[in-house]
Formats: sequence, C-alpha cells, structure tokens
Amino acid sequence: MRLPTWIRQHLAAVRALLVLTVITGVIYPLAVWVVALIPGLHDRAQGSMIKGADGKVVGSRLIGQSFTDSGGNPLKQYVQSRPSNAGTGYDPTSTAASNLGPEDIVDTLPKNPAKKADEITAKTARDSLLTQVCSRSKAVGDLEGVSGARPFCTPGGVGAVLSVIGPRDRSGHVTRPTRVVSVNEQCGVVTKPFIATYKGVAVECAKAGEDYAAGEITPIRGTAPASPQVPADAVTGSASGLDPHISPAYARLQAPRVAKARGISVAQVLAAIKDNEDGRVLGFIGEPRVNDLQLNIELDKKYPLRG
Amino acid sequence: MSTTVAGILFTGSLVLALALAYRPLGDYMYRVYAGTRHSRVERLVYRLIGAHPDAEQTWASYARSVLAFSVVSVLFLYGFQRLQNHLLLSLGFKPVMTHQAWNTAISFTTNTNWQSYSGESTMGHLVQMAGLAVQNFVSAAVGIAVAIALVRGFARKRTEHLGNFWVDLVRGTLRILLPFAFIGAIILVIGGVVQNFHDPHTIQTLAGAKQAITGGPVASQEVIKEFGTNGGGFYNVNSAHPFENPTTWTNWFEIFLLLVISFSLPRTFGRMVGNNKQGYAIVAVMATLAIISVTLMSYFQLSHHGTVPTAIGSAMEGVDTRFGVANSATFADATTLTSTGAVNSFHDSYTSLGGMMTMFNMMLGEVAPGGTGSGLYGMLILAVITVFVAGLMVGRTPEYLGKKIGSREVKFAASYFLITPICALVGTAFAMALPGERAGMANSGPHGLGEVLYAFTSASNNNGSAFAGITVNTTWYDTALGLAMVFGRFLPMIFVLGLAGSLARQGHTPASEGTLPTHRPQFVGMVAGVTVILVALTFLPALALGPLAEGIH
Repeated sequence: MRLPTWIRQHLAAVRALLVLTVITGVIYPLAVWVVALIPGLHDRAQGSMIKGADGKVVGSRLIGQSFTDSGGNPLKQYVQSRPSNAGTGYDPTSTAASNLGPEDIVDTLPKNPAKKADEITAKTARDSLLTQVCSRSKAVGDLEGVSGARPFCTPGGVGAVLSVIGPRDRSGHVTRPTRVVSVNEQCGVVTKPFIATYKGVAVECAKAGEDYAAGEITPIRGTAPASPQVPADAVTGSASGLDPHISPAYARLQAPRVAKARGISVAQVLAAIKDNEDGRVLGFIGEPRVNDLQLNIELDKKYPLRG
Repeated sequence: MSTTVAGILFTGSLVLALALAYRPLGDYMYRVYAGTRHSRVERLVYRLIGAHPDAEQTWASYARSVLAFSVVSVLFLYGFQRLQNHLLLSLGFKPVMTHQAWNTAISFTTNTNWQSYSGESTMGHLVQMAGLAVQNFVSAAVGIAVAIALVRGFARKRTEHLGNFWVDLVRGTLRILLPFAFIGAIILVIGGVVQNFHDPHTIQTLAGAKQAITGGPVASQEVIKEFGTNGGGFYNVNSAHPFENPTTWTNWFEIFLLLVISFSLPRTFGRMVGNNKQGYAIVAVMATLAIISVTLMSYFQLSHHGTVPTAIGSAMEGVDTRFGVANSATFADATTLTSTGAVNSFHDSYTSLGGMMTMFNMMLGEVAPGGTGSGLYGMLILAVITVFVAGLMVGRTPEYLGKKIGSREVKFAASYFLITPICALVGTAFAMALPGERAGMANSGPHGLGEVLYAFTSASNNNGSAFAGITVNTTWYDTALGLAMVFGRFLPMIFVLGLAGSLARQGHTPASEGTLPTHRPQFVGMVAGVTVILVALTFLPALALGPLAEGIH
C-alpha cells in the first residue's frame, strides 16, 4: 500500500527530526560534556568555583556577588561590586538588566515616602534610571568621601528634572511658564527644590499622584563635571546582573575605605587590586577590569579582619 | 591604549579573521552541497528517514519538504515543553504555559529565538539541549538549504530540479554545523563556559548570603546559538551571562562565529554559479553596509548623547565591565545585522541613536550579512530588484547571471521584500492601538513605541533580540509575535523557492553589450543604495516617531 505523498512527506519529516535530535541533541552535548571532564577543562565546565580564606567554596570566579550585610549596607572591609538588577542582587536564578532607556528621567513618586521600598516592590512607585544613577552616585560618594555630583543630578541625589508648564510656542517649547515643578523632588522629602526659580517662576516640589506630563519635561544639566569622581560602572546596572568585575578606577576609589576598615595601609590594598587587575587581551580585546570576588578573597587571606 | 583605538582594532581584527575564512569556508561549503558522494553515516541517516538521496525535487516539492519539516519541528518542540515535568533533568519546572510554549516552538523553528521566557527559571536541561538546541542546528541548516536551492536556480538551466531538501538538511547539519560546533564548544569551555547537568547549587558567599550557582549544558548550546545565527540564550541575560560569555576573548570569538557562515556563503554562491567575482560583489555589498553600520553604532555609543548617558558619563547602563561600551556595541551591531539576536548588553538602555541602529540593521532585512542562508537569499533578492530597477532606467529586460528577470521573477522578489515590513508595521500598529498591549511597554513616550516597534521588527525578521523591558509574556504578544515569526520566515522562503524554480526553468542568456555587469563596484554601490533607499522609504516614518524623536531634540 502506498501512502499519499503529503503523508509520506510528513513521515519523512518526523523521522528526520528524530534522527537529528539523537545526533545533535543527545550525542553531541554528551560528547562535549565528556571532553569537558578532562583535567584542566573540568573545573571550568563545572563553573570555575573558588574557595575562600577558610578553604570553603564561596562562589564562582565568574559570577559576581553582593558584599553587603543583610540590610543591604556595604561591608566596609570589602571592595563593593556594581549595582545589580538580577533578583534582589546577584541572583543567578533570575538574571536581568534594568532595560530602562536613555531618556527615562521621571520618577513615579510613592504615596508614603517612608514606605517607598514596599511601593517599588508593589510597582506603585518607581525610580527613573536617572534617579537611580544619581542616588547611587551620591551614596558611593558619601561612602568613599568624594563628591557624588553628576550632570543632571540634584545635590540630594535624584534626577534634576523640571516640568515647565505653560502655553507652547510654535516650535512646541514653553517660553513663558506659568508653573514649574521639580518632578523628582517630593514635597516633604526635600525641604526645597534644587533651584529656587526657573525663567522667573518659583520652582515647586512634586506631589505623589499628580501628573506633570503636560509640561515640557526639561532636565537641568547643572555644573557637575562631565567626568564625575564616581566612575560610570559604580552607578550603572550591568547587562548580566552578575558582572564579576568593576573598573580599576572604581576599585582604587574604594582603597582608602577598605584600608581603614582592615587597619592596613592604602598601598597594601592598591597592591592587592593590582594583583587582580586584568588588561585587554592582546592589548585591544575587552576592557581593563578587576575581579571583585578574587580581590576580596585575597584581602581576607592576607589581611584577615581582627576581632 | 584608548577605548576608541582598542575598539577599532577589535572590529578590524574581526574583519581580518572573516576575510581569511571567506575562501576556505566558502569553498568547503561548496564541496558539501555540490558533492555527489554520501558518507556511510549519511546513508544510514537517509535510510532511517526514508529519503532517496539521489532523487531531485521540484521547487514545489522542495518547499513542501521545508514546510513539513518545520511543522513537525514546531509540534515536537511544543509537546516537549508542555511535557517537560515528566522528563529527566527538568529541574522541577512546571510545563511551559501554552501560549509561551507555542511562541517558543515557533521562535526556535524559525531561527528567530525570540525569548518570551527566562531560561534559568522556565526550561529544564533536557528541553534546552534536546529540544531548543536541536532547532539551533536544523533551523540554520534549513536556511542554508533554501539559499543553496536559490543558487542552483541561477546555476542550472532548463530543469525543474533544485536538489533534494533532505540531503541539503543532513549535509548542512552533519558536515558544516556539527563539526565546527564541537570544536567551538571545547574552545568556549576553555574560556569558562559551563557544560554540566547540575541543578542550581547553593553556596554561602563571602558576605554570608546565599547564592544559587546555576548549571547546564551551556557550551554545546552557546556555540551553535552563535554559529547558526540563532540567538536563544540558555539564561535570561543571554550572552551577557558570565557562564555563556565568560571573558573578553570569548566575546570576540562569539561575534566571529555568528558572522562567519553568512559572510562566507557568497563564496559558495560564486563557486556554484561558476564566477567567483559574483561572490565577491555580493560580499562587498554586505561588508560595505556592515562596516558603515558598525562605525555609526560605535560612534553613537561612545559619544553617549542623551540625558542619562550624559549623567553617567558613558553608555554603561546594561553593559558588563569586561566587554565595555565599544565591544558591546560591536556585538549589538553584528547580532542585528545577522538574524542572531543574541545580546551581550541590553539594547533597551542604549543611547537613542545607538538603539535605532540595532533596529535599522534588522530593517535592512538582515542581509549584511544576515542569517545563515537567509542573508544570502535576501541579498540575492535585492540584487534581482536592483537589476530590475536598472533595467527600467535603460528600457531593457534585465538579466542577472544569465537569467532574464521577467515579470514572474520580479513578482516573487517584490513579494519577498514586502512581507517583513507588513508584519513589522501592521503588528506595531495593532499593539499600539490596543490599550492592554500598550501597557506592556516598560518605558513611556517614544522609547515605549521603540520597544514595540523593535519587538515586531525583530520577530518579522527572525532576529530575536529585544528592547527587553517590554512585557511580552502575554497571550496576545506571544500569539501576535509568533504569527509575525511564521510569516516572516516561511512566506519569504516560499517566494525564494518559487523564484528559484522559475530561474532554473530558463535557459542561459549570453551577456550582450547592454547587459549590466554585476561584478563591478558600480553594481555593489547600486545594490547597497537600493537596499538603504527601500528600507528608509519603508521605515523612516516609524523610526521618526520612536528613536529619532527621542534622540534628536
């Protein structure tokens, strides 16, 4: 008995898929797995696990970690890692980036500023990417004892953004505002906006629930230098949320604070940073970087915390 | 060395490596598809399939085999995901939700690898390696097979026969993809990519917290994800994950892998039509567009215009330190110029104009150099349109490679070109018109429109990358994007095979004085020009409302 062509066609397809599944979906990955058991490859294929000062496995050389206490505050004896959007931070079971855009500059203010963290979890409040950058910069600046000032940031560490309300001119701009609101500075949280007046109009603080989108949204550059003291990687979320590296500049910025916490000299910390710094491969592939976890393990081994 | 100089050398070294691979890989692929001998393993495979390897197919029969294989693949992959909780290595995950499983099955079968799911919290190891990764191989092999069938259409005369799909599929998989993937996987393991079958195992970090280190057969899947221009990551953050792309040179290697087949196929084309210069002309168009694109992209990213990038002082949001801005921009450009869609950084957080470049690259139709196979057939369609346009100007019946481009051929080519813009723009329009779907945007204003436009452009062009802030794991988006992927993959393939059939039926028209030479720089410039103009006319209004509005104040 001959089956109709279209049925034979599909039977051939089923058989082809099954055969190719066995070859490329079972034999091939198992073959790679077997080769990867060879000494030298084995440890890498298993995740490049790394041991701490006490000989216990403390993580993977390739996967970043948070060096904070249970409250999320930086542990001063450790060189801190970058901000992470993976779960609650450096969670390999829910990797993610922020995915916020370059003009994401207006916050959704919480109804109750005291419970802002809860409202962010409940998605009734949200910090814009600009405010995230500004607040991280201020926090790092405060921790390391340098200026956290950045362009388009208020001294209080939120995005310096005004909603300029009033009639629009022919090109769509508001030249004679009737009302100006600093949209990311919440009344009660700030005592007064970062600038007193804009185009002759007194600047107001913002209230939760009010929509200022009708105005012309205008970020204010301010006078902060274009290359701020707090490096870029310290104020930005990575792509993986598991970035195991920080820039050498950010590592060196933290050296005095780490030295003080461990009771050693800054030079000793800088030497440890140098040990864990990698340059570009062949001089042009990748970026210079410092592996955080390896650095902190070395610091723990060489200069254990007393007490 | 400054970042800019290092970035130029990084891209330059990739160009050099691809140029070195062009002849040997292209010649090798020519021998694979032109050869008449079957290896012992292949004979066994043909017997198991029940196909006669020496029986040639007409274009319609070839197309039916492509579709049959793809339909079966979708159903198999759907069932696999729905039943994963009953299988080995499921890591305790539930069956994938119906609409998501449908979307994912289509996504991997169409070489799109759009991910509405998060790998580490949805898919067990077995589904990844024996379901998704298998499609990474075979969907790439299907793409090359269709391209080879088109080239046979140009090369042959007065025949109905375009080759045998099953032979092309099996040879592409076993002789090209599999051996290189195996070597590449080992190289990636050397770099630190994992290859194990662990459940996530919890360790105590230096600070005393718990961290679950994930495992999986990643290296074997990562390599074919790039080499077959697939792009579906084992983990949610794709090639940004340190276990997928652990170090600076694996990043270089992955970019090389995702470009090398598509940039070498023009050599195969040149060999098959008996004139290597024709291959050089096609690869020159691809390279010209690619180099302009990567230059613009790098410029936009390194000059970091925009409010937040200025506040940061660099376009570092959504970028890992080891890659940095320059190497991430090169990856982003390569992944959107091909149909890969793997990402090592997050395009949603790119500068407005850098993000626009990723979209523009896909809108080019992914021809510079495009996906495995689909890049070559896309570019040949554009070459056909170019000779037609040139023919109109001088009032002659146009010819390409000795074949007359008559009304039947042009209809196939024009239909091919129209499919993806229709899917991308109509899909975007529907999503923006529906309030529930608008709410899927993570960003507001022009950037939000950019997210939706990106999603439909990516699905229709079978890319798979995203402005990933958008929430697409809903019934509507999974369904709509699934349809965009199906139409964007298979309708063009049918038109390509139809064109191949009608070309093969023709005889060979000898070149005359009035024939437009198609191997000179003049022709290269014309094809590049036609490509950019067609795309600009089609998509400029949509781009003006999205990233252009955002980037230019």
